[in-house]
Amino acid sequence: MNVLPVGDDALLVEVSSGEEAEALHADLLRRRAEGTLVAREIVPAARTVLLDGLADPARPASELAAADVPPAAPRAGRVVEIPVRYDGPDLADVAAHWGVAEDEVGRVHAGTEFHVAFCGFAPGFGYLTGLPARYDVPRRDTPRTAVPAGSVALAGPYTGVYPRSSPGGWQLIGSTDAVLWDHTRVPAALLSPGTRVRFVPRGPRCGHQGGP
Amino acid sequence: MTDRALAVVRAGALTTVQDRGRPGHAHLGVPRSGALDAPAAALVLRLVGCPPDAAVLETTLTGCALRPRCAVAVAVGGAPCPVTVDGRPVPWGAPVGVPAGALLNVGAADSGVRSYVAVSGGILVEPVLGSRSTDLLSGLGPPPLADGVVLPLGRPRGRHARVDVAPQPAPPSELVLRVTPGPRADWFTPEAVRTFTSRAYRVSSASNRIGLRVDGPALQRARSGELPSEGMVLGAVQVPPDGRPVVFLADHPTTGGYPVIGVVRTADLPAAAQAAPGTPVRFVAVRRR
Repeated sequence: MNVLPVGDDALLVEVSSGEEAEALHADLLRRRAEGTLVAREIVPAARTVLLDGLADPARPASELAAADVPPAAPRAGRVVEIPVRYDGPDLADVAAHWGVAEDEVGRVHAGTEFHVAFCGFAPGFGYLTGLPARYDVPRRDTPRTAVPAGSVALAGPYTGVYPRSSPGGWQLIGSTDAVLWDHTRVPAALLSPGTRVRFVPRGPRCGHQGGP
Repeated sequence: MTDRALAVVRAGALTTVQDRGRPGHAHLGVPRSGALDAPAAALVLRLVGCPPDAAVLETTLTGCALRPRCAVAVAVGGAPCPVTVDGRPVPWGAPVGVPAGALLNVGAADSGVRSYVAVSGGILVEPVLGSRSTDLLSGLGPPPLADGVVLPLGRPRGRHARVDVAPQPAPPSELVLRVTPGPRADWFTPEAVRTFTSRAYRVSSASNRIGLRVDGPALQRARSGELPSEGMVLGAVQVPPDGRPVVFLADHPTTGGYPVIGVVRTADLPAAAQAAPGTPVRFVAVRRR
């Protein structure tokens, strides 16, 4: 574990894999709940966990540098099901990257159990992992200026769902009506780090809504 | 709506509702947000007898004009600017009584960028995740003010302060930002690190609540390739591929994928909020505490 100081009251803890980052995140949350770690923010990411707002960064820094990350407990808790139509504009490109037929993309994607490795980019945007490495895809060469809310997308090893319309460079394979973020709801975010997720295929959108 | 309200007559270039922000949700991708010049916001709240977690208005360069529907105490601070009530000049940086229906004009900043307007009772828009702050990056909180909008006010709980004028720091003619080494300083050449902490930069007009952008020498990387996305702190100095440093301010993204060469001391960020485009900037290397 590599512990990097960030300013005067934060630490960036770097580990060697996404799985280790998730295990470390779970362990740090446990320590905070126990009261042995006081941190305003604990932010997991791809290979790191940021601890921000530390009263005394020197202590966790030395503790973490000496510690091993305990292996993550098996994922428990309910599985969030996200209905999806596999109708994205990049479906053909993704199928070509994967070397499969177009309709196979949805079958592989919906047959995978995902979980949220970390969040970021926008409130409610989760970086979901679960697809084997052979299904990694590059970002689009030219990002779109507006990706519609509810777009189900792939980039690198991750799947994500855009909570609201925003610019984005991920490959769009489908769409969902699921509400990823609603600040009037508790919790506001449908997905938070660790949440298990399954995508459930739906038929194409009915063309008769809203008039002729 | 009750008469405890404030009509926006002139919203100005960008006026937002701000309080102390919504820390604690970064792991969900929620920025901290909050007043960029937090000491100025805290001072004007104190002047009108509001608690420190109440909400104020944060203007940008051109001020705003407001018409309260009830008699209120108002204080304007941060960037110095002319303040009038029904056209008559009133003090800046001190509590002022505004009668119901009178027009409060917060003029364009004489210097600095952001003025803060506190109103007795506080701006009482609906909180989101415990904060009334407008977050321009993620769209949480109330939208920026628009002409004609009416903002609800709370009931005053304290008396306004009895002061003639409260001292406030002047906007910086040169912005000096103390920086500690960032977690990815080793992604840059030693030459780039020296350049960053020795050469002159200027505040760019592309600066906003998300980041203070600066013009000046580009910083060369020692390592190429992509940095996996990682958590970002307030004051992080991120360097995108063009080599021009960006200091992350209140509405910064909670994770990012460009290396952080340094981290600005939090105590220096209020001055960054008041540095107008063109202001000279120096990054001064300091040791961690």
